[in-house]
Amino acid sequence: MSIRDRLSGNEAIATAMRQINPDVFAMFPITPSTEIPQYFAQYVADGRVDTEFVCVESEHSSMSACVGAEAAGARAITATSSAGLAFMSEMLFVAASARLPIVLAVACRALTGPININHDYSDSMAVRDSGFIQIYAENNQEAYDNYLQAHRIGETADVRLPVMICEDGFITSHALENIELETDQDVKDFVGEYTPENYLLKAENPLAVGPYGVSGYYMEARVAQAEAMKNAKRAILDVAADFEKKFGRKYGFFEEYKMEDAELVMILMGSSAGTGKAAVDELREQGIKAGLIKVRVFRPFPGEELAEALKNAKAVAVMDKSEGFSACGGPLFADTAGACINMENRPKMIDIVYGLGGRDFTMDQAKRVYARLAKIVETGEVGPVYTHMGQRDKRKEVQ
Amino acid sequence: MKNITEIRWHGRGGQGAKTASLLLADAAFMAGKYVQSFPEYGPERSGAPITAYNRISDERCTVHSNIYNPDYVVVVDETLLESVDVTAGLNPEGAIIINSAKNASELKPLLKGYTGKVFTVDAGSISRKNLGAYFPNTPMLAAIVAVSKCVEPETFMKDMEESYKHKFASKPYVVQGNLDCLSQAMKEVKE
Repeated sequence: MSIRDRLSGNEAIATAMRQINPDVFAMFPITPSTEIPQYFAQYVADGRVDTEFVCVESEHSSMSACVGAEAAGARAITATSSAGLAFMSEMLFVAASARLPIVLAVACRALTGPININHDYSDSMAVRDSGFIQIYAENNQEAYDNYLQAHRIGETADVRLPVMICEDGFITSHALENIELETDQDVKDFVGEYTPENYLLKAENPLAVGPYGVSGYYMEARVAQAEAMKNAKRAILDVAADFEKKFGRKYGFFEEYKMEDAELVMILMGSSAGTGKAAVDELREQGIKAGLIKVRVFRPFPGEELAEALKNAKAVAVMDKSEGFSACGGPLFADTAGACINMENRPKMIDIVYGLGGRDFTMDQAKRVYARLAKIVETGEVGPVYTHMGQRDKRKEVQ
Repeated sequence: MKNITEIRWHGRGGQGAKTASLLLADAAFMAGKYVQSFPEYGPERSGAPITAYNRISDERCTVHSNIYNPDYVVVVDETLLESVDVTAGLNPEGAIIINSAKNASELKPLLKGYTGKVFTVDAGSISRKNLGAYFPNTPMLAAIVAVSKCVEPETFMKDMEESYKHKFASKPYVVQGNLDCLSQAMKEVKE
């Protein structure tokens, strides 16, 4: 039986962590994720968890401590944002390549500069090649639900990869909204115990973690890791199916909103998707065949499934909330376009970079995206493929 | 779509506008509503203008942008009327509620031609009288409930009593002062 409550995204994630009661939480604070370890510290002080709560001196150290703990056979977690994620990036690659299913909560925030504390995905996108599974949430409910699924996905025997649970900094992390929580017992039953086959402290089968990989073996390790990421796709769907059976809320690689007959499609991630859905509702009332895809799982990237979902689309706008400085579009666009390259009838596709450093994404912007798509379908002209939306100077914007 | 009540709070850092927006969401939640409460964050410092928002609805609202066309605006600090465009986008069918000892007619000239209803309540005096200190957010919370009826006022008072008893469990002597703030502001808020 679910519990009706109202929590911010940070408190929702901290609640999930408390219910799971991990072995180790290595913490270093940074806005806007600081409340997660703050709430958790209270749970430790109140004796509601028996987690080893380690206050370390940096994010590089928090991920290092998680690597050590997880390698020893423990369930280890941490949380961070922005510069903190950038600082721990070296250790993210170590965690993933050592196949340690650590769970990292990220309240996504812009990277410097100019220095900024607000939301975009420049932090999580900068580490998208680290080998972490990345799952994104639209709101506090999804942040909670994704977190409940994270350990099982990462700990799956043929996956064994760390998982990043991403929420939008401030927009989700600090906004109070209704939420359905599950009971502590139901969560414990769902997540289960972590029983790794091999670990550093297993006396009967000692092993080395993180040894040198000479050229004669390095590639084999990387291919095995790539296979694990492919296997993660099945694990994500399996865990989601089990989650739906137990708790009634359905998840997949992405959410399709009014896509059955959609011709004009916006693809985006996180909290903006909710605003986009409200715009789709308005446009549908005017008879415009608008649809929306919200990408939940970015790593592994569900390329084949996305291409299938887009097979009837005529024009697609991919919305990137990070500037990758590739000079030809953001990371979500690059992967989506790549996924569609062998389609029979490829839709026209544009990339719009928006929402940087907390620039608000509004209903008006969402409707302007669909208006541009309608114009592309009408004229057959794509126009500029890679543009920015929501700038102070409206004259700079492509309509 | 418009069965949502949208409220924008203007205050200064330290006056509790964000907390008031959280308490309003709490009260609406207890009354069975779907709620959103979120502040607009920047480099926080005491005294700087801050904005906080509420959406209150019968169904979950998926929009996560700031609020540009609020039904109600609450001004916790009347000195903001000079520096912030507090009525920007405000629904003329709605209302603005200002913490001030003045009458609405005296403040109207500062509201850039806003044609909707203007309410005032002397939250400062109410707070000083009942709490012995300047916490204008508590009276303003009652004023927005009285004007907007986004929560049924009687239910609100009952829920707030429970909420304060829980929140101030370690200092029960402040509960009555806060409740008196609420009921006095509810009575005294005027057009």
